[in-house]
Amino acid sequence: MVKLVVVSRSGSESTIEADEGISLMEALRDNGMDELLALCGGCCSCATCHVYVDPAFSGDMPPRSEDEEDLLDSSDHKTEQSRLSCQVPVTAALDGLRVTIAPED
Amino acid sequence: MATGSSLHLKEDALAENFDVLIVGGGHGGAQAAVALRQGKYEGTIAIIGDEPELPYERPPLSKDYFAREKVFERILIRPASFWTDKEVTMLLGRRVVSIDAAAHTVTTADGAEIGYGSMIWATGGSPRRLSCPGHDLAGVHVVRTRADVDRMMAELDGVSRAVVIGGGYIGLEAAAVLSKFGKQVTLLEALPRVLARVAGEELSRFYEAEHRAHGVDVRLGAMVECIEERDGAACGVRMADGEVITCEMVIVGIGIIPSVEPLITAGAAGTNGVDVDECCRTSLPDIYAIGDCAAHINAFAEGARIRLESVQNANDQATTAAKAITGTLQPYHAVPWFWSNQYDLRLQTVGLSTGYDKTVTRGDPASRSFSVIYLRNGKVIALDCVNAVKDYVQGRALVMGGVSVPEDKLTDTAVPLKDLVPSEV
Repeated sequence: MVKLVVVSRSGSESTIEADEGISLMEALRDNGMDELLALCGGCCSCATCHVYVDPAFSGDMPPRSEDEEDLLDSSDHKTEQSRLSCQVPVTAALDGLRVTIAPED
Repeated sequence: MATGSSLHLKEDALAENFDVLIVGGGHGGAQAAVALRQGKYEGTIAIIGDEPELPYERPPLSKDYFAREKVFERILIRPASFWTDKEVTMLLGRRVVSIDAAAHTVTTADGAEIGYGSMIWATGGSPRRLSCPGHDLAGVHVVRTRADVDRMMAELDGVSRAVVIGGGYIGLEAAAVLSKFGKQVTLLEALPRVLARVAGEELSRFYEAEHRAHGVDVRLGAMVECIEERDGAACGVRMADGEVITCEMVIVGIGIIPSVEPLITAGAAGTNGVDVDECCRTSLPDIYAIGDCAAHINAFAEGARIRLESVQNANDQATTAAKAITGTLQPYHAVPWFWSNQYDLRLQTVGLSTGYDKTVTRGDPASRSFSVIYLRNGKVIALDCVNAVKDYVQGRALVMGGVSVPEDKLTDTAVPLKDLVPSEV
């Protein structure tokens, strides 16, 4: 199990455990983070699973693809830390990652 | 039924009573419950749905679930524990058959009476079926529920040839999966092109060519006479000209019929679905309707009353209804968007193309990355973007602003669409 620290939009923090092999979006969804809509179900067709990830871990996840980059551009809240959580696989290397749910667009 | 005073029976039956009763456990119903709790709604909430499963995503049924790329648990909208934590009661495998709007009660197929304070009708629709002989044979399938797709998947190993009837998104997506499985697929469309009701000709021709390149026999203007039978199961599709296309499986994707009969019988206004106002209220007191079955005035359809069959619409209308119940009347004004995945093609749509008077193709379809831009009176009303995420993202502002752009600018791929958005938009 991989431990993740999740910060909600209101700033409340919780620690969740996720299985390796699923996406970060699925880990958040399955742990009750209902602020994350993830409307397309994780096929990189919308931008409703937008999160900010701890930059210290950016080397431990695949870089943003061009499609992900373009979809993130649709958000007024895109930062260097932005990711579509459906595009980030949960791996052991992410243990301790801090994830913040991005504001609603 | 045992004896007893009717008064006693009534009390027993109304042991089921909810402040908000959500009818239908699809995307809309699930999101309505989520949005109510996010809005700090503290009353009791139940979702009643005729399927046995917890709310799940429907789009993968014709895509990655059917392709066996995702197991069912991965398409659940929320895990079981979520609904328990949020105190949302799930009344699964039960169907509402009638409504007493004055008494604020519904009756279910199992004879129970359930009381409600407010009701959100989110039942979607049932798949339209063929009416020709053989339409109900074994081996003839529709794609709407998990059970539908599980039945198909169980038969798939014995299938080498399949006929898909209907060239809409469901039919095309199913054809793509079947072809990926190595099945010999024939796709029959009655109109002169696929996607005729939802897209422009450029997009239709592109998808016809793609499917043909993947070995699908796409037939246009194809009129079905009947489904042929052997040993009680479908063995072919007989065409109006007498030809029989042999197959072991028939998939019918010819649209849905909105499931609104109990509402209409109870007196709700509506001819195609149920009519709702800008806050998703039906003409009956305290009854809202959302999603595929809700006929609403849509600003992106020139103010026409339409039904929209999409996750976006179900989700956003759910939020609108939940807000109305919690006291915030915020008219529905969401930009329509939609997606379809076939083969390695990602189609993303923003806006509604209905009523377009001109289309412009941006990029070369031969490159398999292009957009069809729809105009009405010179203004951009919608974009269909194939493997063109940038256009999809940047075109949104053109649709929202109803921006007029000269055609030569729209076709110039050297200029990003965002540069065509006036700064005041």
